[in-house]
Amino acid sequence: MGGQDKLGRFEQTILPHLDAAYNLARWLTRNEQDAQDMVQEAFLRAFRFFDGFRGGDARAWLLTTVRHTCYTWLEQNRRSRATTSFDEEYHGVEEEGLNPSALAIKSNDIALLKESLEELPDEFREVIVLRDLEELSYKQIAEVINAPLGTVMSRLARARGQLKRILCSRFKEKP
Amino acid sequence: MDCVNVETLLDTYLDRELDAVRNLEIEAHLKGCARCSESFGDRQIIRHGLKTESLYFKAPADLQKRVQRSVRQAARAETPSYWFSLSWVKAAAPLAAAALGVLLLIPFIGGPSSDELLTQDIVASHIRSLMVNHLADVPSTDEHTVKPWFNGKIDFSPPVSDLAKEGFPLVGGRLDYLNNRPVAALVYQRDTHVINVFVWPSDKSAQVSGPIKTRQGYHVMRWASAGVTFSVVSDLETSQLEKFAGLLKSAVATLPR
Repeated sequence: MGGQDKLGRFEQTILPHLDAAYNLARWLTRNEQDAQDMVQEAFLRAFRFFDGFRGGDARAWLLTTVRHTCYTWLEQNRRSRATTSFDEEYHGVEEEGLNPSALAIKSNDIALLKESLEELPDEFREVIVLRDLEELSYKQIAEVINAPLGTVMSRLARARGQLKRILCSRFKEKP
Repeated sequence: MDCVNVETLLDTYLDRELDAVRNLEIEAHLKGCARCSESFGDRQIIRHGLKTESLYFKAPADLQKRVQRSVRQAARAETPSYWFSLSWVKAAAPLAAAALGVLLLIPFIGGPSSDELLTQDIVASHIRSLMVNHLADVPSTDEHTVKPWFNGKIDFSPPVSDLAKEGFPLVGGRLDYLNNRPVAALVYQRDTHVINVFVWPSDKSAQVSGPIKTRQGYHVMRWASAGVTFSVVSDLETSQLEKFAGLLKSAVATLPR
């Protein structure tokens, strides 16, 4: 395959998913500059391995590479990062009663919602981003995070549970 | 269905990823249960908040140009044929021979090749497995435990054999990610040295065997047999690593298919 031919196909199928790539990288790195670097690196990697792309879901394929690039970076920069801990088995204490209307006010506070989502562990934050922001199906998410469907299901449930707890506790802090 | 069961399925229900039967069951339960429908309402509220446009980060305007530029640069570096299409090459026939010499060098000066990237990835995966305390998803010295563990997790069955008798005991296996695909990682040990063996189905076009490569003090060996690519990485000295590779090759050759 000629390089220009490959480049043409790449620009047609993969490049249109730039926003999706940036959104995921932005949520995983939690800052703009690093997210841009991650996206550039991920696209370069994706291009080098484009021969291995056998058609199918281009967005999920690209996001797999974006995620991989970000995780490599995250591991190298772990020192400076703070999130609540990732505990797949955490079942949570009984939620302290916060009535839905209070929650409605809080979840309309976009800055608070953003902070709370950023506080989630990477593994929880990414499934919420992929599902609720990127609107991927469970099957696509399973492909991107390289996990079985059952894991996607349970991780999303736990991620949302923890997000709600963070929202509730922040609500108490500054009512 | 009771409240506990409903609660665990509420998110999947919200995402419309349940089968029709369960979907109806949950719907019916929510009608009659105030507590569960309140819990469901909370989820809808948060989901609604998350859908706000300002939480979706669109790529900055100049990022597309930046990405496009670097990809195009990579494309030029990757393919000498691109240069043939330039008219000056065609026009200047006497230069063509000299140009060819330059062209042959281009893949080497145009940034790391995909082969080199893979080698770097292998070393990175090895280091990561040692660093984050995530050596094995299935810690077991029994090949008959490790091999079936991969069933359903990857689309092939890796050949697994214990080499404890030869001084390289199997420690376990885990899933890893290399070459843009999930791969099986088998973990062996020699004294205090850890050996990672990455296994994935061979890509026919890929050239796999070659000399031992050394990156950041780790040695990497790669070969293919029986349709499977093996990549071995360790800080073990190279003669020991070659011995291990030889043992692994002959063990794999005698495995029942």
